[in-house]
Amino acid sequence: MITATNLALLAFMAITAWAIARTRNLFVATMLAGIYSLLIATVFVLLDAVDVAFTEAAVGAGITTVLFLGALLLTDRQAKPHKHRFGTYGPMLLVVLLGAALVYTTLDPLMPHFGDAGAPAQGRLAPEFLADSVRQVGRDAPTATHIPNVVTTTLASYRGFDTLGEVVVIFTAGVGVLILLGGGASGGRRRRSRRRDGDDASGRGSTAGGAGA
Amino acid sequence: MIEHVVLRVIARLLAPFIVLFALYVQFHGDFGPGGGFQAGVIFASAFILFALIYGIEHARQIVPPAVAQAGIGLGVLIYAGTGVAGMLLGGRYLDYSVLADDAGHGQHYGILIVEFGVGVTVAAVMITVFFTFAGRRGVLEAREDTAVPPDGDEER
Repeated sequence: MITATNLALLAFMAITAWAIARTRNLFVATMLAGIYSLLIATVFVLLDAVDVAFTEAAVGAGITTVLFLGALLLTDRQAKPHKHRFGTYGPMLLVVLLGAALVYTTLDPLMPHFGDAGAPAQGRLAPEFLADSVRQVGRDAPTATHIPNVVTTTLASYRGFDTLGEVVVIFTAGVGVLILLGGGASGGRRRRSRRRDGDDASGRGSTAGGAGA
Repeated sequence: MIEHVVLRVIARLLAPFIVLFALYVQFHGDFGPGGGFQAGVIFASAFILFALIYGIEHARQIVPPAVAQAGIGLGVLIYAGTGVAGMLLGGRYLDYSVLADDAGHGQHYGILIVEFGVGVTVAAVMITVFFTFAGRRGVLEAREDTAVPPDGDEER
């Protein structure tokens, strides 16, 4: 049953990816990308990775779609048709070959099967990480850990440096957008007041910046 | 979209619940799925929904850009500051065990504080990025108004 559901979801994802590659309408592509994220979030749920699924649904299907739509307002709705250097089917052939090669490697008898309990990752690494996470986070505590969600303890404490790095990455992204697109506190205010003057002159409301469309 | 009554009412109705859900995900991340990253995004989405319906200027009055921009740095400071606090209390950097009398509670406090820092930065960055993107529309429109009369969104 799980296998059938997985296969169905993966088939939907393949169809969605194909449609994204085919369409020239950027609005349609944005919406399909959101659907793609939702599909892979469902796959993550089936793989018992609820935290990852949650992140994928919130970030991939939610906020990314909105930010794409915001960017879409600044450009055309249609992608310009452009000539590929190696023809339309050259890159396609390359991608199919690469995918076939990846699938071929999984057919190796030495590779563990999908969901194999005897896979190296399941056999040695996962229990080690789980034990280490509990031992270090709940050090000296009589109850091994006060925090049931091992994903949270691993991310926030056992791998605290990694997560700090991730937050700094997001910080850098925000600062980068501010520097490039000029939303700085003082500069933005000046620009906005200037725009408002222009709006009054042309008889436009100051809510013209509302992102609705 | 402020002229659509249904959208306007529903957005105003949903926004508090979205914020509540974000807070639940934020502070329940140690027991259930969730944490700062997801909570920050959900928190920001409430304000983005408001901005989509009521316009960017209204949303800017609720969350002034300066506040959102301060939040970007504040979250990282909370996270890194927790590590420094652990050092001052005699532990290693980002070792939360020394934050309370016993290690278990110390870890719990540390994780909650650190996740809060993550949530603040993520929410602030998402709101700021959206404001910046959506605000540019107005800049471009004003420029086009003075230069060429715009004829629709397509085929400029």
